[in-house]
Amino acid sequence: MAGGQERILRGRIRSVQATKKITRAMELIAASRIVKAQQRVAAAVPYSEQITEVVKDLAAAGGASQSPLLAGRGEVRTTAYVVIGADRGLCGGYNAGVQRAAEGEVKSDVLDGKDYALVTVGRKAEGYFRFRGYTIAKVFGGFSDTPTYAHARDIGQDVIARYTAGEFDRVELVYTRFISAGSQEVVLRPLVPLDRETVTGGDGKPTPTDGAAADYEFEPDPGTILDTLLPRYVEARIYAALLNAAASEHAFRQRAMKSATDNAEELIKSLSRVMNRARQDSITTEIMEIVSGSEALSGGKAVRQVKLVDLGPIEN
Amino acid sequence: MATMQVEVVSPERVLFSGEAKQVITRTLGGGEIAFLPGHAPFLGALTECHTRITLADETVMDVAVHGGFVQVSGNKVSLLSDIAELGDEIDRDRAQRAHEAAEELLRKEHDAEAVSALSRAHARLMATGGLTGTSQAAH
Repeated sequence: MAGGQERILRGRIRSVQATKKITRAMELIAASRIVKAQQRVAAAVPYSEQITEVVKDLAAAGGASQSPLLAGRGEVRTTAYVVIGADRGLCGGYNAGVQRAAEGEVKSDVLDGKDYALVTVGRKAEGYFRFRGYTIAKVFGGFSDTPTYAHARDIGQDVIARYTAGEFDRVELVYTRFISAGSQEVVLRPLVPLDRETVTGGDGKPTPTDGAAADYEFEPDPGTILDTLLPRYVEARIYAALLNAAASEHAFRQRAMKSATDNAEELIKSLSRVMNRARQDSITTEIMEIVSGSEALSGGKAVRQVKLVDLGPIEN
Repeated sequence: MATMQVEVVSPERVLFSGEAKQVITRTLGGGEIAFLPGHAPFLGALTECHTRITLADETVMDVAVHGGFVQVSGNKVSLLSDIAELGDEIDRDRAQRAHEAAEELLRKEHDAEAVSALSRAHARLMATGGLTGTSQAAH
């Protein structure tokens, strides 16, 4: 029946319209959250800059610490990857990017005959690696869009405890760095051990030349300060990574939802075009039926009159 | 009178930044220490304490600092702390209750958790007008 197709199309258009409303709302929410997330990234910079400066000053003063966090281990057997992803999907290639980067590292470690350990942050990352049969050392989740320092502390304490216990010999962070609302990149950053390179390669801006590494007084001695400082420093690094990841997640989601909304609009347009044609067709067919019906009833005489009926431009 | 730049920074935000005449805090194992403008470069680890910052106009700002670090260099004092609370923002009643609960716990058994809870509550109470006072009328 002719009207059937039209009805189906009408239903599809309605459902696409409903989807479009949802994606539009998600887009707007993500857009407003980017700004907030960006502010939080900025608010965390002073602390991470200062703590980096303190670590540098202490290192310059020769704060001899026996902390394994600083010394590192001679032979690296197991590398741990802290993979920071999202809790929810619908954010384009955000999770895929981080997961791919981490998986690549893990695979190359395995090829080199080394061990790996995975610490996942965000439920999506957990699901991805669990499904593929990787062993996961520890799972965190439920706070990917608004991480707090307490979350960073939980992760930091866990990672440090495992590192000190010898479970890992090296820890790397895999997350998406937020550069601007338009660009983010997946980065792999060494977290532990904290060698000179690691300390200077933080996400905080490089500190201005710290003068003539001033002769500091220490209380208590530099070694003890360093021992209490290093875990804080690791936490600050994780916190910065979490905030960057959250901002990136919102940016990715906004972009994904924007293109979903655009696609929905496009789909609605082409579907209504098809639907209009179908309706036109069914009207034409109906008229044809009427005409041929009346022609059949009135015999040959009606034919001439019927020819006058213009079937061309039927509006709507 | 000479002043110096003082900053109180927590990981989530900068709590205070401004000019001050004096900062009193407490270092790990070293007792209370005061910094005046022009102090020699100093690095210290802090313990839970009631930190007092005397501002340029002689008003005293109270901060409860729960661990962290202090860095003094070039006439600038930076207090870095995981958890630091300005006196005005502390819920005194809650701190009082926490103080009592921690004391109660300590009377029964001596564990590190309770000791740190007590010193936290203590620092909070000190920053909101002393241990026994019921109001914030201390200053």
